Amino acid sequence: MSESTTTDAARQPANADGEDQDLGAAGSQLSTAPTDTVVPGSFGGVRGPGAKGRLVWTLREITGWARWFWRQLTSMRVALVLLFLLSLGAIPGSLIPQKGTDALKVESFKAAHTTLGPVYERLGLFHVYSSVWFSAIYILLFVSLIGCIIPRTWQFVGQLRGRPPGAPRRLTRLPAYATWRTDAEPGTVRAAALDALRRRRFRSHVVGDAVAAEKGYVRELGNLLFHIALIVLLVSFAWGQLYKSDGDKLVIEGDGFANTPTQYDDIKSGSLFGSDDLVPFSFDLKSFTGTYERTGPNRGTPRTYEAALTYREGADGAQKKTTVRVNHPLHIGDSKVYLVSHGYAPVVTVRDAKGKVVFHQAVPLLPSDSNVTSQGAIKVLDGYTNAQGRSEQLGFAAFFVPTFAGAGKGTMVSQFPSLDNPVLALTAYHGSLGSDSGIPQNVYQLDTSHAKQYKTAGGDIFKDRLAPGQTMKLPGGNGSITFEKDIKEWAGFQIVQEPGSVWALTGAVTAILGLAASLFISRRRVWVRAVRGADGVTVVEMAGLGRSESAKLPQELGDLAARIHAQAPTAPTAPARTDPADDDAEPGAAEAAEPEPGAQGSDAAADTPAAGTSVADTSAADTPAAGPSDADTSDGDPDAAGPTVSATEGAEKQ
Amino acid sequence: MNSLAATNEHLASVSNTLIYSSMAVYTLAFFAYIAEWLFGSRSKVARTANALTADGAGAAGAQGPAVTVRSAGGTAVLDRPQVVVRAAAGSRDVPDGPGAHGGDEQGDMYGRIAVSLTVLSFLIEFSGVLTRALSVRRAPWGNMYEFNITFSTVAVAVFLVLLVLRKNVRWLGLPLITTVLLDLGLAVTVLYTASDQLVPALHSYWLYIHVSTAIFCGAVFYVGAVGTILYLFKDSYENKLANGGTPGRFATSVLERLPASASLDKFAYRINAAVFPLWTFTIIAGAIWAGDAWGRYWNWDPKETWSFITWVAYACYLHARATAGWKGRKAAYIALIAFGCWLFNYYGVNIFVSGKHSYAGV
Repeated sequence: MSESTTTDAARQPANADGEDQDLGAAGSQLSTAPTDTVVPGSFGGVRGPGAKGRLVWTLREITGWARWFWRQLTSMRVALVLLFLLSLGAIPGSLIPQKGTDALKVESFKAAHTTLGPVYERLGLFHVYSSVWFSAIYILLFVSLIGCIIPRTWQFVGQLRGRPPGAPRRLTRLPAYATWRTDAEPGTVRAAALDALRRRRFRSHVVGDAVAAEKGYVRELGNLLFHIALIVLLVSFAWGQLYKSDGDKLVIEGDGFANTPTQYDDIKSGSLFGSDDLVPFSFDLKSFTGTYERTGPNRGTPRTYEAALTYREGADGAQKKTTVRVNHPLHIGDSKVYLVSHGYAPVVTVRDAKGKVVFHQAVPLLPSDSNVTSQGAIKVLDGYTNAQGRSEQLGFAAFFVPTFAGAGKGTMVSQFPSLDNPVLALTAYHGSLGSDSGIPQNVYQLDTSHAKQYKTAGGDIFKDRLAPGQTMKLPGGNGSITFEKDIKEWAGFQIVQEPGSVWALTGAVTAILGLAASLFISRRRVWVRAVRGADGVTVVEMAGLGRSESAKLPQELGDLAARIHAQAPTAPTAPARTDPADDDAEPGAAEAAEPEPGAQGSDAAADTPAAGTSVADTSAADTPAAGPSDADTSDGDPDAAGPTVSATEGAEKQ
Repeated sequence: MNSLAATNEHLASVSNTLIYSSMAVYTLAFFAYIAEWLFGSRSKVARTANALTADGAGAAGAQGPAVTVRSAGGTAVLDRPQVVVRAAAGSRDVPDGPGAHGGDEQGDMYGRIAVSLTVLSFLIEFSGVLTRALSVRRAPWGNMYEFNITFSTVAVAVFLVLLVLRKNVRWLGLPLITTVLLDLGLAVTVLYTASDQLVPALHSYWLYIHVSTAIFCGAVFYVGAVGTILYLFKDSYENKLANGGTPGRFATSVLERLPASASLDKFAYRINAAVFPLWTFTIIAGAIWAGDAWGRYWNWDPKETWSFITWVAYACYLHARATAGWKGRKAAYIALIAFGCWLFNYYGVNIFVSGKHSYAGV
């Protein structure tokens, strides 16, 4: 995993062709991106005689293969393949029900697919993101990432401690190039260049006859930061998973909750989480308010859910008030309290045969649709005696609708989620509800295997629909149940404790910043060479090289050239010039040196005629020789045609 | 309260009218683009063929490296040194095509008419989105209909901004407007949802941050994907020419007028690379919001999963571009797969998969 934005094959040493070898050190280390080098597959060499020879051979073989494996793993190619696998591997988790998000759906899927279910189960497809193979992919990817990041970091530190490399011999080969001749001293030109470059915050210094400068290290820094931030993200995510706790609690208006494991309806926690790690706090639900859209096509859609709480931090902190809403959890230390569900809890009063109140409670019922049609069970476990004076248990299967359509208008299906016309429908059982069996019971369901349903005199099931305030008398004078006018609401809270989220956030923000830096900043080098020619005129050459082929590089070079040019203006036409076409006093204006490959090896003297100048020292090879033009040169200076043609011919003649 | 509701419904119907009007104008723009391409086909410019085939004028030059001369800086300072620019070694040097009009005067006129019509219909569509937002008094991103109309508005806006920045992108016009029309057609027929308020889970300022960037990223990725597809066509055309083949007349006529494959590739890359950090931000913003709304910042909800898959696919693309043996066509295919993931994340996940993001009104 590494450099993500190279556009230019030629800058990679792996791809270096004859031309770029010319750049040598100047073009190297412009990035710390790894290069895929071929490593031989066998390392054994000759096996010496005897046990010692065998041992040495084996060790050599093992380290060789280990190194080979490591190189493969940390190569860009394998990182790419792993990235591919990661995205492919994430797909089934989005299409197949997952245990982590919806365990019920998993069960129904298994029930529906008897052949596919076990196969999926074995492949871990019901918990993809914690499965062995998915973990293997991302762990390998991160090992590969670390194996890539560490050497690159050292390399980058080395580059920061070093200085930009000196100018390559032929500046004309670089992607952006400018040249002119001036009467100023070479030293003055270099000083001007150094000044101009430093003003633009290039790291620059003089090497030999040229100024070497580099800028845009932040790109590399950003790239490294981005990848390190990804590791931080993963580690904090894993940390959060190991130390998380995540529980649900249903609280009826007026009731409270204290953050201890026993108070939860249901609690899941990471493998390293201890119950002592729960943040101590408690809260009471004062009231719950839900409002709903009354008109329009989305009638019944919830608009606001609010739970008014009072809470205490610690065992005996000061009592505070707050409102928890969807999107606005309550933060207490590492814990967050979310409002996740709500429903109604009708208050019912049950009297026994003698009229004594044996049960008076708000009974939370579970909603089954978006209009809060709810159902549940009312269980009177102790204290009830029937008409015969015998102790037994009473159970009521309860259906509740907050808005009833009206008598004779169908079934117990709610028309609207708020309490417009609440109706409670009940059927009653007596006998044993199985609560003494020791098996934990679902509070919302009746176990009627040892109970008898009350029947009417005619033998029908005894049932009734109650409006608030109404009472249903059980047959045979066995007491009554009253649906009180005060209907309470309940709120379901999720209490989550997930350490490491601050680190995850830090990692995420760093990743974005690093990514932006590595994609938007370009790293580039500029060289300015100033050499006094034999005719006493200084030849200034400037060239720029970027890791990515940026359109801004020539622009920047042009600006720099203008600044330096102001201090070292173009000299009058050189008197010794031989090429009449070049007489426009603007050397290099529309020219580019590009001798034929065959001419590359030729020495300075051989290049001189092609260059069309009389500059006689070695740098003459680098002075603008006109390049062969193609159709594209048409948008250039028409004057270029002259030197272009002659230079090509000149080169070919050799 | 009643009068307020009335204005809302009035605004909503104004919005619908505006969206339909913009579709009409987009259709006119579509025909104008077609006219531009048709008239442009009269021109016989064959720059690509010239640069790549032996009998072309540039035969001699094609063997040598590319040299482009550009003057540095905007206004030409008389004696300011000029910068010589060389194309990267190893890349084919093919000049950009002249654009859809192919240098034909009449074609160019129709092209200009098409762009003007695009501007007009963009303005109409934008007001349509705006009135929709006013009618519901919130950001217009609560369901797939609103998402679609905003999406196409932003895609056209990206195109127009690139034009204003004087980038060579007029060739994008026809494919873009075609898909904008499809997108709007889908929105008004299948996805239409009457304007209404949001469920409590969407009542958060993160809606503005997360959904707006998601739409913007999608629109920009889309523009990048169009560039990538055209790159693939143009690249195979150039390959055919370079290998001595003769492409069909239609392919020649169309592809000759497009920018060079290298330019298209670079265009697509820049677009994708520029928006990738923003896509990262979109996912992270979504995670932060999820942390507030659902209790966990990452829950492998299908939408989250697919945005992650999209992210990894684009990361693959960016890495592939930097890896020898993967750049060029292979990287382009990865970019298309990545955009496919984005599309599936939007349409597929909303329609076929149920998850916590299922409030799209389908």
